Amino acid sequence: MVILQNKVLEVLGTVMDPEIPTLSVLDLGMITEVNVDDHSVNIRLLPTFVACPATTYIKSNIAEALMQTGFENVQVDLETEMNWTSDRISESGRKKLEAFGLGAPIQIDGVLNLDQIAQAVCPHCGSDNTELRSMFGSTLCRSIHYCNDCRQGFERFKPL
Amino acid sequence: MSEAIKDLLYHMADDELVIGHRNSEWTGLGPILEEDIAFSSIAQDQIGHALANYTLLNEQFGEAIPDVIAFSRDEKQFHSSQFVELPIGDYAFSLMRHFLFDHAESLRYAMLSESSFAPLAALAKKIKGELKYHTLHADLWIKKLGTGTEESQARMQSALNEAFPYALGMFEPAKYDDELKSENIFEGETALQTKWLETIMPILERANLQLPKLSIKERMYGGRQGYHTEYLQPLLDEMTEVYRLDPAATW
Repeated sequence: MVILQNKVLEVLGTVMDPEIPTLSVLDLGMITEVNVDDHSVNIRLLPTFVACPATTYIKSNIAEALMQTGFENVQVDLETEMNWTSDRISESGRKKLEAFGLGAPIQIDGVLNLDQIAQAVCPHCGSDNTELRSMFGSTLCRSIHYCNDCRQGFERFKPL
Repeated sequence: MSEAIKDLLYHMADDELVIGHRNSEWTGLGPILEEDIAFSSIAQDQIGHALANYTLLNEQFGEAIPDVIAFSRDEKQFHSSQFVELPIGDYAFSLMRHFLFDHAESLRYAMLSESSFAPLAALAKKIKGELKYHTLHADLWIKKLGTGTEESQARMQSALNEAFPYALGMFEPAKYDDELKSENIFEGETALQTKWLETIMPILERANLQLPKLSIKERMYGGRQGYHTEYLQPLLDEMTEVYRLDPAATW
């Protein structure tokens, strides 16, 4: 059973966010439960932003990826018992975001204020001498910033 | 009790759908690129929040599926306030409406996060974090333009004068308010309006803007009972144009 469980996790590590294709659903902290029983799998998926258009797409991608690996009965349900926050993004997820050219969200520990939204580290040069240009970016989960040191604009995954 | 919750959910979701549609009209037309993107993102959030509430209506109360609720009713069946259906006007008006609406939304969801109706409380907890971006964005621009030039201040003040009587329509009491309150589902529209005024007044003051003095008769009520302005039906006609070509189509 442990082997199967690991197999499922391995597959989940290959299901990417369509808007940030280097980040898997595991990196994003979107998986809250994996139950493997013989060849059936039950997964609980925690949606990120309420209006994220990718949720349904990700849900079907998970089922498809697992079925292609040989699991016959795959059930993916949306988790409603808890809320997603950007604090759930893993350490390796944060590194992948930066490698992709997106700033990583600051830890918010349940409170979100303007300072946390404005404070961003430049993913290009690592400077924190940056300013917020717009709270809304090219997708719902991104804000737009500018780095005063390397003088480049960049986007950041929003803290939520 | 379920009639009371249904009425509340329709009111909220319809407000979100209609204002989301209006705000999306700025896509491609925003005065600067960042604001074009901001209004488009805000619109996307609002339509997503409407969808979440229609989904609750469908899953918890057996109402039709969200697409059918959203796209197959006429104006009489919409419980939204008249405020949200008004045309986008100039940018000052849309910005002022965004400020007045999103503060109300943010406070409403904060109240609902304590609701005894668990599915709504869970959704409210999630949505209220997202709305933080909306209110911070609105506050920033209200301050910037209210304390900018003489012209920008004058335009924001006249937008406020025009929007305010309609904004009060967001808090049109529902006949179920007492029931919702006694069951700890929602404190009610009047309580929300009080909190809203307490929140927006200091922000407006810092932005050199004054709330117009209004008599009770000037509040634009009626939307919640299906009485709308001449602007809602054309909006719905446009919004549902593709859906009506083939309501049974799958996407």
